[in-house]
Amino acid sequence: MPAATPLHLAVALDGAGWHPAAWRAPNARPTELFRPGYWVDLVREAERGLLDLVTIEDSLGLQSSRRDGPDDRTDQVRGRLDAVLIAARVAPLTRHIGLVPTATVTHTEPFHISKAIATLDHVSNGRAGWRAQVSGRPDEAAHFGRRTIPPPRIDDLDTPEARDLLRDLFDEAADHIEVVRRLWDSWEDDAEIRDAATGRFIDRDKLHYIDFKGARFSVKGPSITPRPPQGQPPVTALAHAAIPYRLGARSTDIVYVTPADAAHAEAIVREIREEQAIAGRADQAVHVFADLVVFLGDTDAGARDRRARLDDLAGAAFTSDATVFTGTPHGLADLLIRWQGAGLTGFRLRPGTLPDDLEGITRGLVPELRHRGAFRHAYEAATLRGLLGLPRPANRHATT
Amino acid sequence: MSKPRKQIHLAAHFPGVNNTTVWTDPRSGSHIDFGSFVRLAQTAERAKFDFFFLAEGLRLREQAGKIYDLDVVGRPDTFTVLAALAAVTDRLGLAGTINSTFNEPYEVARQFASLDHLSDGRAAWNVVTSWDAFTGENFRRGGFLAEHDRYSRATQFLEAATELFDSWPGPGVPADRDRGRFIEDPRIGAFGHRDAHFDITGQFNVPRSPQGRPVILQAGDSDGGREFAARTADAIFSLHGTLEAGQAFYSDVKRRLATYGRTHDQLLVLPAATFALGDTEADARERAAVIRRQQISGQTALRLLEQLWNRDLSGYDPDGPLPDIDPDVGDTHIARGRASVRMHRDPLATAREWRERAEAGNLSIRQLIIEVSGRQTFIGTATTVADTIDELVQRDAADGFILVPHVTPDGLDEFADTVVPLLQERGAFRTEYTGTTLRDHLGLAVPERGVAVAEAAL
Repeated sequence: MPAATPLHLAVALDGAGWHPAAWRAPNARPTELFRPGYWVDLVREAERGLLDLVTIEDSLGLQSSRRDGPDDRTDQVRGRLDAVLIAARVAPLTRHIGLVPTATVTHTEPFHISKAIATLDHVSNGRAGWRAQVSGRPDEAAHFGRRTIPPPRIDDLDTPEARDLLRDLFDEAADHIEVVRRLWDSWEDDAEIRDAATGRFIDRDKLHYIDFKGARFSVKGPSITPRPPQGQPPVTALAHAAIPYRLGARSTDIVYVTPADAAHAEAIVREIREEQAIAGRADQAVHVFADLVVFLGDTDAGARDRRARLDDLAGAAFTSDATVFTGTPHGLADLLIRWQGAGLTGFRLRPGTLPDDLEGITRGLVPELRHRGAFRHAYEAATLRGLLGLPRPANRHATT
Repeated sequence: MSKPRKQIHLAAHFPGVNNTTVWTDPRSGSHIDFGSFVRLAQTAERAKFDFFFLAEGLRLREQAGKIYDLDVVGRPDTFTVLAALAAVTDRLGLAGTINSTFNEPYEVARQFASLDHLSDGRAAWNVVTSWDAFTGENFRRGGFLAEHDRYSRATQFLEAATELFDSWPGPGVPADRDRGRFIEDPRIGAFGHRDAHFDITGQFNVPRSPQGRPVILQAGDSDGGREFAARTADAIFSLHGTLEAGQAFYSDVKRRLATYGRTHDQLLVLPAATFALGDTEADARERAAVIRRQQISGQTALRLLEQLWNRDLSGYDPDGPLPDIDPDVGDTHIARGRASVRMHRDPLATAREWRERAEAGNLSIRQLIIEVSGRQTFIGTATTVADTIDELVQRDAADGFILVPHVTPDGLDEFADTVVPLLQERGAFRTEYTGTTLRDHLGLAVPERGVAVAEAAL
């Protein structure tokens, strides 16, 4: 069998796992979800599997099964810690794995997010990334009280009003990411000179105002935080449709997508590559990772049983925006390699339960992929950009 | 019966972006590499300090329209670096300065609650307010706040955050597998806060943190600042490091507590303090003088003089006499992003006084600035410095000090190695941590839910 092209693997960490009853699984640690040790253990496990990165979910409101607000349920995980701070807490206790927290763009300050991710990059020696997330939820808007977002009409998401709102939110997201990126470049790498002869700590000609003016905000700059070690930590986003694909293509380094099958994956990749060309980024590497929810077992039947038991506890069959895989690591490896042929460069796997399905990935899937020449045997780079095959970008202001 | 000996509280201030920090010292390390933060925090923890402290400023300082380049420039995001430090320390409190003007309560409350969970109860929040449009240019709302509204914004921000901190019943969740209840209350975290500055409602999404709320720190010497602290803070910083001034400040803020139903031990007074140690008194004085000359180069002296004169003085010789022209007392100021500028309340009078002092002592600009910019708080041998600190605390001029080293990151080592053991010998400072949380170290109880101190005043 010819050696496959190595693929990239990310794991999406969220609470006790992605199944709503995951916290009731025998090996779950539901009372520890707000304890630092829980997160350290999970990320270390992912690092033992030599994964490229973990993402950490977050939101500016309580989890809910409804789009328009809280659902008043008590049978699912509710509450979460700030994902950037979880990543920072884990950073000094890991060495290689990329740390990609979610941070919402809709109600937050680009100035704060920029320095937070830059600082995560400093404390992790170049392993930070960011999953930029749009919030279209009216309840989250009410937590800030600065604007009103209308409740979605569940039966009618395809109206002109709904599309306009989506376009506004994603235009704002693009502006937010643009400001974050400009602020990362607002310090040239060699701005700090410590020139005792002239008494100057910095060469202020190497600090730059960004002077961004947009529809929702204007930001002057420069950042208060020096340029992060990676220059530009990878920016990532989850996308399900044309408007989000465009954001991914014009603003990010990794787009997470949710294809139903290989043909769908191929169509999505084509659409993103076209948008990338329109945005003038055809020559830049933009990864497209497929999201999959995974329930793993030693046998297909064992995996199905485990998922069925969780469904029984939840009182409903599990559904997801992403394709759900239930089976063996061997079968999952087959699927990943088949989908990779559609042009995907990697996968973001959402473990159905934690830590079980994470261990299924690191101890089952990873050896399977390695066996097929499709995954690394050792970390080959010191930074997240390095692991993703992305060069360290020159500063946009650098003259040489 | 004699009064029991008061226990001293000590904190370590990461050196700031001002001329107190001597970056030209050969030992001076990075101000952004995480290793520097780890180094100072671990030194403070080794010495059993109460907490580590980070300042913040949300716009790079400018003078005469240009980014100020003579001091250290650049710092990390406060929350992120403190969360990372929680991984490499076990007991040390982690205090961060977070602005109540260019943030929103929901986000800040979840960041502090998260930091408190991730550090097992070691978070502290130094609440600051700013109002200037200059800093506002980096944020969505711009310079929206009038100066006179800044304490009302801060008070209401803190009240809203307190409501959020208190919105969950406790730090844990039942997660009852058998009954299928992760939480008991479907409306968990419910809040609603409406006042002149905020109109927010919904459900908070972080459980109550181990300390209930982070320890609240406040700095502010004005009447409004002192009142704000007496009403809401667990500790107040001050700049009064001498016995008489310290005692006056101390009794003033402690006296204000009763109004809000609070007791004497619920607000600690922690002045910021610098130090210069030596093997003999003369040696310490000489080292103090050397440090002050390092802190105020000729160029720095001119820039500091410009801050009073409010004019471009770059053509003057720092080793020559003071300018003959008077300060410009116009509305616009040459220096921006710097709180100390507002301390020159009557520039003409101060300039007159400085000129007289320079003439009488035959001082150059640089010599004069070194004279007027103040000495280190503590100068002496380890023994005399320990004596002084203990006396100031025992005689109620302070409850402890926030020490500001002038070199990053090793500037606290000598103090930790020589002064701290002497304080411990005399039974005035802990030899081991007796508790795990910052509230434990400071002798502060976990606040009861919903008993917002601020409400007592309304």
